[in-house]
Amino acid sequence: MLDNNYFIRYLPLLIQVGVGIALAAVMVTLSHLLGKHKWTPAKNSPYECGITPTGDAQGRFSVKFYMVAMLFILFDVEAVFLYPWAVIARKLGMFGFWEMLVYIGLVLVGFFYIWKKGMIDWNKPERNEA
Amino acid sequence: MVPLSWYLVLSAILFALGISAFLIKRNIITIFMSIELMLNAVNLSFVAFANHWHKLSGQVFVFFVMVVAAAEAAVGLAIIIAVFRARETLNVDRVNLLKL
Amino acid sequence: MNSIGYNDYIRILPELVLTFFGILVMLIDPLLGRGSRKGLGILSLTGSFLAMAAGFYQINFHGPAWFGMVQVDSFSIFFHILIPCISAICILASLEYLDQQNIHSGEYYGLILFGTAGMVLMTSAVELVLIFIALEISSISTYILAGYRRSSAAGTESSIKYFLLGSFATAFFLYGVAMIFGATGSTSIPEIYKALNGATSGALVYIAVALMLIGLGFKVAFAPFHVWTPDVYEGAPAPVVALMSTGPKAAAFAVLLRVLFATAVPNDWIWLIWIAAALSMTLGNFGALIQNNVKRMLAYSSIAHAGYILVAFAAGREIGMAAAIFYTASYAAMNVGAFAVVSHFGGTGERYIDIEDYAGLGKRSPLLAFTLTIFLLSLIGIPLTGGFFAKYYVFNAALHSNLVWLTIIGVVNSAVAAYYYLRLIVMMYMREATVDAPPERVSPSMALALVLAAIGTIYLGVLPGYVLDSAHHGAQALKAGPFSKTVQPANNANAAPVQTLK
Repeated sequence: MLDNNYFIRYLPLLIQVGVGIALAAVMVTLSHLLGKHKWTPAKNSPYECGITPTGDAQGRFSVKFYMVAMLFILFDVEAVFLYPWAVIARKLGMFGFWEMLVYIGLVLVGFFYIWKKGMIDWNKPERNEA
Repeated sequence: MVPLSWYLVLSAILFALGISAFLIKRNIITIFMSIELMLNAVNLSFVAFANHWHKLSGQVFVFFVMVVAAAEAAVGLAIIIAVFRARETLNVDRVNLLKL
Repeated sequence: MNSIGYNDYIRILPELVLTFFGILVMLIDPLLGRGSRKGLGILSLTGSFLAMAAGFYQINFHGPAWFGMVQVDSFSIFFHILIPCISAICILASLEYLDQQNIHSGEYYGLILFGTAGMVLMTSAVELVLIFIALEISSISTYILAGYRRSSAAGTESSIKYFLLGSFATAFFLYGVAMIFGATGSTSIPEIYKALNGATSGALVYIAVALMLIGLGFKVAFAPFHVWTPDVYEGAPAPVVALMSTGPKAAAFAVLLRVLFATAVPNDWIWLIWIAAALSMTLGNFGALIQNNVKRMLAYSSIAHAGYILVAFAAGREIGMAAAIFYTASYAAMNVGAFAVVSHFGGTGERYIDIEDYAGLGKRSPLLAFTLTIFLLSLIGIPLTGGFFAKYYVFNAALHSNLVWLTIIGVVNSAVAAYYYLRLIVMMYMREATVDAPPERVSPSMALALVLAAIGTIYLGVLPGYVLDSAHHGAQALKAGPFSKTVQPANNANAAPVQTLK
C-alpha cells in the first residue's frame, strides 16, 4: 500500500528527536557529574522564586468556576459554525446572511438569559432556590 | 497515503476503550470522559470516510457532533454538580438510592 | 443552489412554533420575580396546541424540504400531531405538580417545548445526522427535566443515570451513522436507499444496523437495554415521566421504523427483533409483578409495552408498521393518563407512590380512582379501550406474518400483566384506606389533563377507525418512502401541494 518514500520523509523528524534526547541527556549527566550537590529548603519548594503554594492540589474550587467554564465551552463551541459559513458566505448570498443572523440572534438570546439570571456576576450571592 | 482501514481500526480501538472505561470506571467524571472519547472516535471515522468518499459533508458532521458534545458536557457537568451537592460523593457505587 | 420557499417553512412549522414559544418562555422567565410560573405554563400550553394545529395544517403540504433534509408525509404528520398532544397533556399535569412541589421555574416549560421540538423533528428528518441532532435535542432536555427535583437525592440520581446511559446510547447510534456513511457515502435516507437497493451489502452495513439498533434500543428501553428505566422513572418527577415514557419513545420508534424499513438495509435483523420483543415482554411483565412502587411498576410495564411494539416490528410489512404506529398513539394516551394520576396522588415530595397508599382510593376519591381504572384496564387490553385494539392489531399482524410463537408469548404475557394491573385496581376498591390524609383537590388543569387522556383512551377503543386509517397511510408512505417522489428541488414545490394517499 505505502510507497517506500512515505517513511523516508519523516527521517529528519526522527533525527531531530534523537538530537533532542541526546542533548538533554548530555546536559543532565554533565551537571550531575560536575556540579556541587547542596540541598537547601528553598530548593525543595515547587517555585524557587514565587509565591508559596497554599493547600494541596486536591483542594475544592468554588462552584462558580464550573459555571463559568461551562458557559465558556458553550459560547466557544457555538462560534465553530461561523467558520464554514464564512468560507462560502458570498456564495450563499443574502439567504445565508439572514440564516446566520438568526443563528447569532439565538446565541444572543442565550446570553441574555444567563445575564439576567446573574450567571456572569461573580459577586452574586448564591441562591438556594432558583 | 495511510489506508482507510488504519483509521477505522484506530477509531474502533478508541471506541472500544471508551466502552470499557464506561463499564469499568467508578468515578462519574471519568465515566463521562469515556463517553466523550467514544464520540471522538466516531468523529475520526467520519473524517476518514469523508476523505475516502471525497465528500466534505463528513467533515461538517464533525462540527455538529462537537457542538452537540459540548452541549452534553455542559448539561452533564451541571447534573454532576447537583449530584455532588445532594450526596457529597462522585462514586457511582454510592449513588445507589434507587436499587435495581 | 436551490432556493428556499414558503413550503420549506411550512414543512417545519411545528418545530418552528415549539422553538419560538420555548425561546419566549426562556426570555420572559428571568424578567419575572419569584413566585408561581403558571402564566408561562399556559403560554407553553398555547405553544403546544399551536404546534398540533400546525401539524394538521401540514396535511396539505406533503413533500421534502430543506434540500431533502426533512420529509413531510402521512407518517411524519401522524407523529407531528401525536407528540405535541402528549406534551400538552404533560404541561397541563405539570401546572398543578410544580406548585405542589414548590418548584417555581419557567425553564421547566421551556425544556418541555424544546424537547418536544426535538421529538417532532426526529419523526420528519430523513437525514441521519439531522436525526442525531434532533435525538440529542430531545434527550438533553429530558436529562435536565428528570433531575428537576434538585433537592431530592433520588431526583438527581435519576438524572445522572439517565444522562450517562442516554449519552452512552447516542454514541452507539452516532457510530452506526458513521458506518452507514462509510458504506454508502451518504447519510440521507433516500440516498442510502439508492445505494443499498439491490446491491449486496458489506459488513459495514450490518455493523451500522446493529449499532443503531443498540442506540435506539436504549432510547425506547427494550430488553436487554432496559435496566435504566425503573430507576430513572422512580426518581424523575411524575409529569416528566409521563412525557419521557411516551414522547421520546414514540419518536424513537418512528426513527427505528424509518431506519429499518425505508433504507433498504438487509432484513436479516428480524430474528434480533424477535428475541428483543420476547425478552422485553417477559422481563418487563415479570419485573412488574414484584414491584411495590407504582412508578417502578409502570416503568416495568412500559418495557413490556415496548416489547409489544417490537412484535409489530418483527411482523414487518405494512400491516405491522401500521400496528406499531397505532400502538404508540394508544400507549401514549393511557400511559400519560396513568402517570398524571400518579403525579396528582403523590402529593408534596411524592410521598404516596407505593401500591398500599392507593388502598381505599375508590371511596376517598371515586372520580380519580375511576379514571385510573380506565387507564389500567386499557394497559391490560380490555375491549372498549385503546389498549385492546392496539394489542389486537399487533397480534393480528404477527399472525399474518406467521409469527405464531411470538404471538403465543405475547398473549401469555398479557395475561400475566393483567395480574399486577388488577392488583392496583383491587387495592383501590376492596381495601380500607391506610393513608389518613385526605387526597388533595384536583385542580382544573389536572382535571382537564385527565379528561383529555381518558377521552383519548376511550376514543381509540371505541372508534379506532380514523386513527388506524392515518396509521395505515403512514405505513404506506413509509413503504413507498421518499423514493416514490424522489427528492425534488424545493423551488417547484411551490406548485400545487401534493396530496398523497387520499
